[in-house]
Amino acid sequence: MSDAPVPVFVEKRTYRRRRMADAARMMPLLGIGLFLVPLLWRGDGEVEGARTVSVMLYIFVAWVFLAGAAAIISRRLSPGDADPPDRKTG
Amino acid sequence: MATLNVLVLVSILYVAFLFAVAFGADRAAARGRGTWLRSPLVYTLSLSVYCTAWTFYGAVGFAARSGLEFLTIYLGPTLIIIGWWWTLRKMVRVGRSQRITSIADLISSRFGKSNALAVCVTLLAVIGTTPYIALQLQSVTLSFAAFAEADPTRTDLPSPQSTALWVAAGLVVFTILFGTRNLDANERHHGVVMAIALEAVVKLFALLAVGVFVVWGLSGGIEPTLARIDASAIATWEVPGSRWVGLTLLSAAAFLCLPRMFQVMVVENEDEGHLRTAAWAFPVYLMLMSLFVVPIAAVGLDLMPAGTNPDLFVLTLPLSEGREGLAILSFLGGFSSATSMVIVAAIALSTMVSNHIVMPIWLSMTGGTAVMSGDVRNVALLARRLSIGLILFLGYLYFRLSGGGAALAAIGLISFVGVAQFLPALMGGLFWRGANRVGAIAGLGTGFVIWAYCLFLPSFGPTVFMPQSVLDIGPFGIGWMRPGALFGAVGMDPVIHAFLWSVSLNALVFVVVSIFSFPRPVERLQGAQFVNVFQHSGTSGGWSGGLAQSEDLLIMSQRIMGADEAQALFSSAAREQGIGGYLPEPTPDFLSQLERALAGSVGAATAHAMIGQIVGGSSVSVEDLMRVADETAQIMEYSSQLEAKTEEQARTARQLRQVNEKLTQISVQKDAFLSQISHELRTPMTSIRAFSEILRDADGLNAEVQSKYASIIHDEAIRLTRLLDDLLDLSVLENAQIVLNMQPAPLSQVLDRALVGAGITESEFAVRRNREDEEVMLHTDVDRLGQVFINLLANARKYCVADAPCVDIRVAQSDATLMIDFIDNGAGIPSGQQNTIFEKFARVSENKAGGAGLGLAICREIMARLGGRVEYLPGQAGAAFRVSLPQHGGGVAQAAQ
Repeated sequence: MSDAPVPVFVEKRTYRRRRMADAARMMPLLGIGLFLVPLLWRGDGEVEGARTVSVMLYIFVAWVFLAGAAAIISRRLSPGDADPPDRKTG
Repeated sequence: MATLNVLVLVSILYVAFLFAVAFGADRAAARGRGTWLRSPLVYTLSLSVYCTAWTFYGAVGFAARSGLEFLTIYLGPTLIIIGWWWTLRKMVRVGRSQRITSIADLISSRFGKSNALAVCVTLLAVIGTTPYIALQLQSVTLSFAAFAEADPTRTDLPSPQSTALWVAAGLVVFTILFGTRNLDANERHHGVVMAIALEAVVKLFALLAVGVFVVWGLSGGIEPTLARIDASAIATWEVPGSRWVGLTLLSAAAFLCLPRMFQVMVVENEDEGHLRTAAWAFPVYLMLMSLFVVPIAAVGLDLMPAGTNPDLFVLTLPLSEGREGLAILSFLGGFSSATSMVIVAAIALSTMVSNHIVMPIWLSMTGGTAVMSGDVRNVALLARRLSIGLILFLGYLYFRLSGGGAALAAIGLISFVGVAQFLPALMGGLFWRGANRVGAIAGLGTGFVIWAYCLFLPSFGPTVFMPQSVLDIGPFGIGWMRPGALFGAVGMDPVIHAFLWSVSLNALVFVVVSIFSFPRPVERLQGAQFVNVFQHSGTSGGWSGGLAQSEDLLIMSQRIMGADEAQALFSSAAREQGIGGYLPEPTPDFLSQLERALAGSVGAATAHAMIGQIVGGSSVSVEDLMRVADETAQIMEYSSQLEAKTEEQARTARQLRQVNEKLTQISVQKDAFLSQISHELRTPMTSIRAFSEILRDADGLNAEVQSKYASIIHDEAIRLTRLLDDLLDLSVLENAQIVLNMQPAPLSQVLDRALVGAGITESEFAVRRNREDEEVMLHTDVDRLGQVFINLLANARKYCVADAPCVDIRVAQSDATLMIDFIDNGAGIPSGQQNTIFEKFARVSENKAGGAGLGLAICREIMARLGGRVEYLPGQAGAAFRVSLPQHGGGVAQAAQ
């Protein structure tokens, strides 16, 4: 049952869809990266830290960007093929 | 001013409206009309049950105390939902394929349907959620009190306890009405979800309205607001890195593990595809919810008198500015946040309590004699209703006991850390097949104890559960066991401290115990089902109505009985019920009939269990049964393969026997060959010697006699030469040394020449031919082919013993092969000799003088060179030979080699 060979080459549409799934997997990592950036801006007593306002604006921009990227990716992952297998062997 | 009265009136109207919406949605769903109920938008809005009163009021307080740190509570869920492809998709799929009813159900199902584990999770969830419910009651009470204080006409303030009691009672009524209307296997509550979606809109609108009022009404635009933030106490970004990261992780964990989130995200999910919309829409919702938090906090800190509770800025800012309408809207927003959380949490917890605690106890008390199914349903509904009451009562009790003093956010985080203990078991269960029940129980227990010891019990304040001395120097003076500084982690934030130790030790114990213990078979089965859910769950269609059930039964039956038989059974049952098609109603009669039919294939017990699983409860999922059925089919296939193999072996044995027989015959022939060849050579040689001696020795022979004897010698010499020619010919052919002379010629011409060459004349030997069939162009060695024909025709002429001898030449074509049959009307060849006639020196009968028995052997060799065959055709009128020839010169390549 699981011995069926996994094809090396797939249809272009399938390929695109799998890459979109990869992108969907990468989203939280991107988010973590973006949300960690403000930690670099803190003051340490001598150096003045960033202002709340600028950090706030940065976070909201990053937030909107993430939501937008997530929207594009989920749109590309059309509902009919919501489950391209991770390692489906049929 | 009668603000308080207006508020009460508006609240009552709002609640009535919510009742109406929930009622309408339930009705629409019951009539199957509510497709809009299942839109991704409603799903996304229902997720906003994450944003409770803690969020609505508490976020501003959080921001006023520690700046942007409050954002972590929203960033965690954002990360989880934009990473839906990793976890949420799998959770939803598992939830649907296993018909999970709660997070306790998920964890217990995954670990072999262990009720002990379900009880642990349920208790932990109740303990973790109760303070949170208390928090919601408190927020409503506080906001109500804020109105009361601002109302000058009111002299006697309502007691907070009575407000909380009224709210709790109202929530119990609502939740029981809409949360336990039906005992659907899917545990979906359209009315509740719709009401929550509506409340989500109200709270977002209220918060945005207050925000807009604060920014444009109070501060005079964006620029002045930003300046005001810069001037406030929270102007600088100084969140500790550990809290920024830790709280984000914590809220992410809680988002996955909170029973109410699990309820709306997985249990109430109508369609997996809704996640795709929620993936971007929910982050936007969270972003909007937090957009105005910092401005409101900064302006509140600036405008409100010192000592005002910052948790209520959202409400008190409009009130202090005399905007009662806005304040009432804001109150409704907070009220919505509080009530939606309490309702969903109560439904989720009551499901868990009744399914995993009350029902097992009741069943064991009644000794499992509940034969009537209606009986059990009523008990389950009653248990659920009582559980809802109990949970809200516990929340109220907590509220009374704690006195409602602590900061709202603190309780929220304590609760988060409590439910985050499910994370290792949940994630391990979904992604690691090796995770098992013992490990999960050990991990959960460890995490729970550390959470209670480090965070929950100390949160009641010193002297309530824990003496001050334990907090200061540790139990029995053991320093590294201090609740606030476990293992010497001094100076950490208590929440982060407790989160770090409880979850990491929980995960460690879970993994280590899982590795070193052995799971039961059910656990292993369920483990495979959960971890590989995408490999063997089909599309995520809903289960609804009796026909869907019949369809499942049909699918299962087809796998077991075969498609035709199953369809025949189902359609006949449907006809008996007066329904067309293949799907009868699953009536008891039909089910028992089906069970009997299935029992023939899989045995009675299995058949009963399988039908029970589809029609009744679902302790093992349908997919499981499908796989069992598939396995059965595989076994059957395997056994039939074995049968086929046995047959093949028998065939091989038969072939071997045949070959052996032939070899024996050939060996006999070889011996015969030697004696034959010596005999064949000696006979003419004897004549030649005898007559030549006579010619030499006898004198006085007259010329006539001399000439006669000389011609005998000559004839015998010719015969000898011919014999030697034949032998040579055969040996050349056998060694493939001949060169073929390929040329085109019509078949009829070759046959004509062959008839002449074989000496057949119409007068003595009739030939039946069909000249139309013979109009075929050949591309072959015409002379050699002619030689074969001559040989066959000559044989017919020689051996056909019929009174009116006749040969029938039939030409037929099939595929790329041309077949020419020569059938005479003689006695034919005895079946015992049919195998050997093509061997050298094989002669059918000794009585008729003839050739040396090499003709057919030569024919066979020639045909092999031409890429065709000559074979005996048994079962005809007389002797019949078939010459087969590839039509497109297939023999050319072979011959050229």
